[in-house]
Amino acid sequence: MASITMDNLHKVYTGGVRAVTGINLDIADGEMIVLVGPSGCGKSTLLRMVAGLETISEGTLHIGERVVNNLEPADRDIAMVFQNYALYPHMTVFNNLAYGLKNRGFSKAEIDRRVRDAAEMLEIGAFLDRKPRQLSGGQRQRVAMGRALVREPAAFLFDEPLSNLDAKLRVQMRVEIRQLQKRLATTSLYVTHDQLEALTMADRLVVLNGGQIEQVGTPMDVYSRPATTFVAGFIGSPAMNMLPADYLRSTQASDNLAHLPQAADLIGIRPEDLALETPGDGDLSLTGKLLLLEPAGAESHLHLKFDGLHENMIIRLPHVPSVIEGQALSFTVRRDNLHPFDGATGKRVS
Amino acid sequence: MVENNRWGNLLAHIILIFGVAIVIFPVYVAIIASTHPSGTFLRGVMPLLPGPNALENYKTVILEGRSRAGTPPISGMLWNSFVMAMAITIGKLSISLLSAFAIVYFRFPFRIFFFWVIFLTLMLPIEVRILPTFQVVADLGMLNSFAGLSIPLIASATATFLFRQFFMTVPEELMEAARVDGAGPMKFFKDILMPLSITNIAALFVIMFIYGWNQYLWPLLITTDPEYYTIVMGIQRMVTGGDSEPLWHLVMATVVLAALPPILVILFMQRLFVKGLTETEK
Repeated sequence: MASITMDNLHKVYTGGVRAVTGINLDIADGEMIVLVGPSGCGKSTLLRMVAGLETISEGTLHIGERVVNNLEPADRDIAMVFQNYALYPHMTVFNNLAYGLKNRGFSKAEIDRRVRDAAEMLEIGAFLDRKPRQLSGGQRQRVAMGRALVREPAAFLFDEPLSNLDAKLRVQMRVEIRQLQKRLATTSLYVTHDQLEALTMADRLVVLNGGQIEQVGTPMDVYSRPATTFVAGFIGSPAMNMLPADYLRSTQASDNLAHLPQAADLIGIRPEDLALETPGDGDLSLTGKLLLLEPAGAESHLHLKFDGLHENMIIRLPHVPSVIEGQALSFTVRRDNLHPFDGATGKRVS
Repeated sequence: MVENNRWGNLLAHIILIFGVAIVIFPVYVAIIASTHPSGTFLRGVMPLLPGPNALENYKTVILEGRSRAGTPPISGMLWNSFVMAMAITIGKLSISLLSAFAIVYFRFPFRIFFFWVIFLTLMLPIEVRILPTFQVVADLGMLNSFAGLSIPLIASATATFLFRQFFMTVPEELMEAARVDGAGPMKFFKDILMPLSITNIAALFVIMFIYGWNQYLWPLLITTDPEYYTIVMGIQRMVTGGDSEPLWHLVMATVVLAALPPILVILFMQRLFVKGLTETEK
């Protein structure tokens, strides 16, 4: 159990590539932090810096009370779950779990107890004598988890652990990892590029882009008040629609937009905030031509073309409406659901 | 797939049997020849059926040797060959494993340079560098010793290169997982890398053993003391030694015995050996 403190962390690779620039982040004891961002945003590099697998070019990293900048991974009291599991192929599941404990000089009885406890927790007790290649992807994932669990470390580090699983298993493991983490209350750092994983698992979400933090906050915070256009576009599926403020001002009653700050020249609207209703008092109304209706079972996605707008808008409805493509449709959006951004800096304005 | 065709099968088998026969025949002749008394060969006709003297011939070569021609009993030479081949094999394997480990897993100055230096020695087999090597071994006083027999042959670029290629296919995450698990470099090497390379090691063991066993020119040069003669040069001495006609029946018995250890090594390692050549551990 420990907190993790990142103080102005930088990573510069030989050759001058700056992968991580100036990360400041405090992770509380027992907290589950999810690092999310597109490929190449530096999230894995940051995780590996915490693990000790990448050197820290600048800044200090605390795990608990200690500065761990120059400690070997083994001395940092962390355990890591790798994307491709990295199980030792020639060892049985039991030995895979026990290896880290053996190296630390635990007694045979203690190793046995811990391995069996972890195996029971993860329901892999039946496979302890098998080799990794005799296991399915989901089982290997559990073994990789087990290898982290037996150590009872101060922090878990997860490097996209679910990305090699199929969709169904991914949902199942996602729930299990989260439950386990809550039960053990172990500080965790979880890297993913999957925003659904990020939103569902995190206590707090860290959105990274270009080696820098775009926003830190609870998932609902980040979702309902994205701090930048990047976060707005990255979190949420389908992505948030962005309209020029000028376009809105030209089509709406000016009273309805009076509350928007002057600096806001870009307005974001979540696809689900648009509804096929008659506008109430102070609501905005938008009319466009339906290009494509995508029914998706419980919901549907409508692609619309607005006159004078370059990009299409996407609207998500919680049902499949009886409309035909080519039809003109009017949508209503509540005033409070507009997200004002400064187009030049990409920052939210309030 | 080629369709099953009766005549095609037959033809294929005939060709295969013919090929096997060509390879087997000299071995067969050697075995047969080793069972005949000495007079048989003077008639100039090779017998193709076993003779009566098998036990006697083998007893002679193993225990007595040909003292008149200056060759010791071959049991001693077999032992010398075995020690030399084993020293070369084990030495080659340990050195090449370690140097490949260093080249793949450590970042040190001139790493690539050293790799190429090792790689270049592939082009310098013992025959090419035999004079300077002899001079060095002689100056170090290693003539007529097992050290002199084996050490100059121990460095192996081939094995280093093969292990390097194999190590590069081992996922880097394994090394990282081992680091997180508290294993230092040598522990990772011993616990993870060695067991993963076991099939490669077995395959190279067989190849290196036969290489060491078959050394001819080098032992011939540096041994003058019969106590250090190896079996392969012993055969040569038996053929040319003395003024009399070579005793072909004894030479053949020696040849058969000389061929046995490599065969035993192959049989012993066969399972791993074939696996190592055909399979890559996933």
